[in-house]
Amino acid sequence: MRGLFALLAGALFGAVLTVSGMTDTAKVQGWLDLFGNWDPTLAFVLGGAILPMLLAWRIAARLEKAVLGTAIPTPSEPVIDRRLIAGSALFGTGWAIVGLCPGPAMAVLGYGGGDALLFFGAMAAGMLGNRLLALPAKAATP
Amino acid sequence: MIPTDWIFGLIGGLMIGSAAALYLLVNGRIMGASGILGSIVDATGPTWEKALFIAGLIAAPLLYGFAFGYPATNLTSNPALLGVAGLLVGLGTRMANGCTSGHGVCGISRFSARGITATVAYLVAGFAAMFVGRHLLGVF
Repeated sequence: MRGLFALLAGALFGAVLTVSGMTDTAKVQGWLDLFGNWDPTLAFVLGGAILPMLLAWRIAARLEKAVLGTAIPTPSEPVIDRRLIAGSALFGTGWAIVGLCPGPAMAVLGYGGGDALLFFGAMAAGMLGNRLLALPAKAATP
Repeated sequence: MIPTDWIFGLIGGLMIGSAAALYLLVNGRIMGASGILGSIVDATGPTWEKALFIAGLIAAPLLYGFAFGYPATNLTSNPALLGVAGLLVGLGTRMANGCTSGHGVCGISRFSARGITATVAYLVAGFAAMFVGRHLLGVF
């Protein structure tokens, strides 16, 4: 059941990313090109995506547990640290260079050819890189 | 009057939010693409649930394209750009513990200070990188 709904949510996410232009890197780069030929379409995508979730969080607050019994994730500690800001800045830079963020990078994997595969491989390596960089730091803290 | 792209963008956004709402209310999970993939890649928390989410995310566009034609990706074929950008996106989203879906969609809608801060940071960095890379250096 849990797997089925995960598959469904992923499928809906992937299909809509493809249809709404989030996998068109020219469109994404146009959105980030604030000082050039700016394309505000993605503001509507991001804004539109927040609306159902505003409602979902209100419902979740009353449910306490999700339909399949898992506890609703509690809010993370509101820690605004260097990792959050530096990591996001690195991500935004990479997002601008090619025009793919992690969701769309997976959505194009099936039909984007070798270029999509190369981006995905590098992204996975970067994720592993974070783990490798984080390990010594963790070992150092008692 | 209003460009059709904007209307389709809004409808698409509402459906992305619906996918996130489904994953939250039924499965009790945050729909964050980098977290779901990253915890499988670095083995910090791989589950069948996450693997199936990714399977759907990859398969649905394939099926959609098979039925209606694949949309243009306009993806660069410059391996240096793809490699550097991929590394930055992978490293950055895991450092920050979230990307456009986790911090942007799920975080902002929860009025999470971390989600809002991250979103401002990656947007500002994206605007700046685009200005430097496209208009000053002409690299991408």
